[in-house]
Amino acid sequence: MSVIYVMWLREIKRYLRSRAQIVGSLAQPVLYMIVFGFGFSALFRQAGQGSSVQFIAPGIIAMGVLFTSIFSGIGLFWDRQFGFLKETLVAPVPRLTIMTGRTLGGATIAIIQGTLVLIVCMIFGFRPENWFAVPVALMFMALIAIVFAALGTALGSTMKDMQGFQLIMNFLIMPIFFLSGALFPLAGLNSALTVATRLDPLSYGVDGLRGAFIGISAMSFVLDVSVLVVLSAAFLGLGAWAFSKIQL
Amino acid sequence: MIEAQSLNKVFGDPKSDKAVRAVNDVTFSVKPGEIFAFLGPNGAGKTTTIQMLTTLLKPTSGSVRIDGLDPAESPLEVRKRFGIVFQDPSLDSELTAYENMELHGVLYHVPRKVRAERSEALLKLFDLWDRRASIVKTFSGGMRRRLEIARGLLHTPKILFLDEPTLGLDPQSRNQLWTLVKGLNTNEGVTVFLTTHYMDEAEKAAQRVAIIDHGRIVAQGTVDELKAQTGAESLEGAFLKLTGTTIRDESGTPADAMRQMAKMWQGGRR
Repeated sequence: MSVIYVMWLREIKRYLRSRAQIVGSLAQPVLYMIVFGFGFSALFRQAGQGSSVQFIAPGIIAMGVLFTSIFSGIGLFWDRQFGFLKETLVAPVPRLTIMTGRTLGGATIAIIQGTLVLIVCMIFGFRPENWFAVPVALMFMALIAIVFAALGTALGSTMKDMQGFQLIMNFLIMPIFFLSGALFPLAGLNSALTVATRLDPLSYGVDGLRGAFIGISAMSFVLDVSVLVVLSAAFLGLGAWAFSKIQL
Repeated sequence: MIEAQSLNKVFGDPKSDKAVRAVNDVTFSVKPGEIFAFLGPNGAGKTTTIQMLTTLLKPTSGSVRIDGLDPAESPLEVRKRFGIVFQDPSLDSELTAYENMELHGVLYHVPRKVRAERSEALLKLFDLWDRRASIVKTFSGGMRRRLEIARGLLHTPKILFLDEPTLGLDPQSRNQLWTLVKGLNTNEGVTVFLTTHYMDEAEKAAQRVAIIDHGRIVAQGTVDELKAQTGAESLEGAFLKLTGTTIRDESGTPADAMRQMAKMWQGGRR
């Protein structure tokens, strides 16, 4: 337990110490809020579909959680680069506990980051329809965070250079984000796109968040939660396996 | 305590001619309570060997026994038996010096009270106590190195691996390090496996020495045996006789050899 705790604490400390980075990482949500939240507001009004700010905000919160959690997992790559990874690899503790600690740490900072993005969205005029929704939304943020922190760990364990990072960014992370319905409604898409969105784990997180915050969802609450829980377990397993196989 | 039998490590496809045989049929054994020095020029295969002994790398062939256990089969059990100071940095530079010590202490199950006492003693010994709350990023190279060593000595393992521990250390810290390592060896019976480029250190500290070159062990025995074998006055002399005087590059290619030759021909000109 204490090993999980120190590895978790390490992630939190590193995050809280990089204040400039925290502020910088909020620039992207602000940009998306301006472009998609306000840029599309006329379109939304014409379609009689309510406020685009209300619609986009849960997607942008999901984006904040996605990027923070997956990058924290990939941070393993930097530990390899700067040598700290060795220190944890030869330690006389099961690698599973090391991996669990850092994944939970990554998930925690992703939830903090998601909450910060929520606050930013509220500054731009976003209002949850129901304040009781906030705990439910936090649960969805936590699930998204665990799924992608674990996936990030799996990726970080296998990545050996920066080219790999570019590849992952362009062919995995961006598609996960854009196909998740963070920026468009998941209902009423053509069949190809429907299949693609349903294969994207983040879709269930975005759908859950939107359901909690503004009461609009394309899938059922139970389906959203179950898919995310199953994927958390699967990716944690995958991450643990990849982490246990690391050689220098 | 440490046994290596016909150990081989080949990087890349063994059949292609680009494969690098970093460690070639290496056999040696280190007795319990011994200080054993593993010497060799740059790129001789020292670090690769240590990585295979410490569960970080799987040998291509051959066997390793650490306290009777195979690192490939029971890595966790083997990890419980050794401590290591790495040749290259392994600190978390975003944490403070003390946090690095704490983290290590928890990873190695050092009880809280012992952890606090030993961290304080070691940080004071290596002149880092006043800077314990500073982030490691702000440390000079020498300070980082000292912290790395202090951290490696926080727990008392059965076997201590020191991979060029004194690289970049001032004479004062070097002296502290060896006094401490010898103390651990005599008082606690810790077996020490070390690599170094400083022959005088190996001569003073080690009971037995192995010299490795191009991945092969070229000689092993006590310092006196090696001197007698080569007819050299010092271990340094014996080392040079056994490994030659050409400078090695970590990855020597024909192009490097040519460049070196060109340098020789051109003399002082650039």
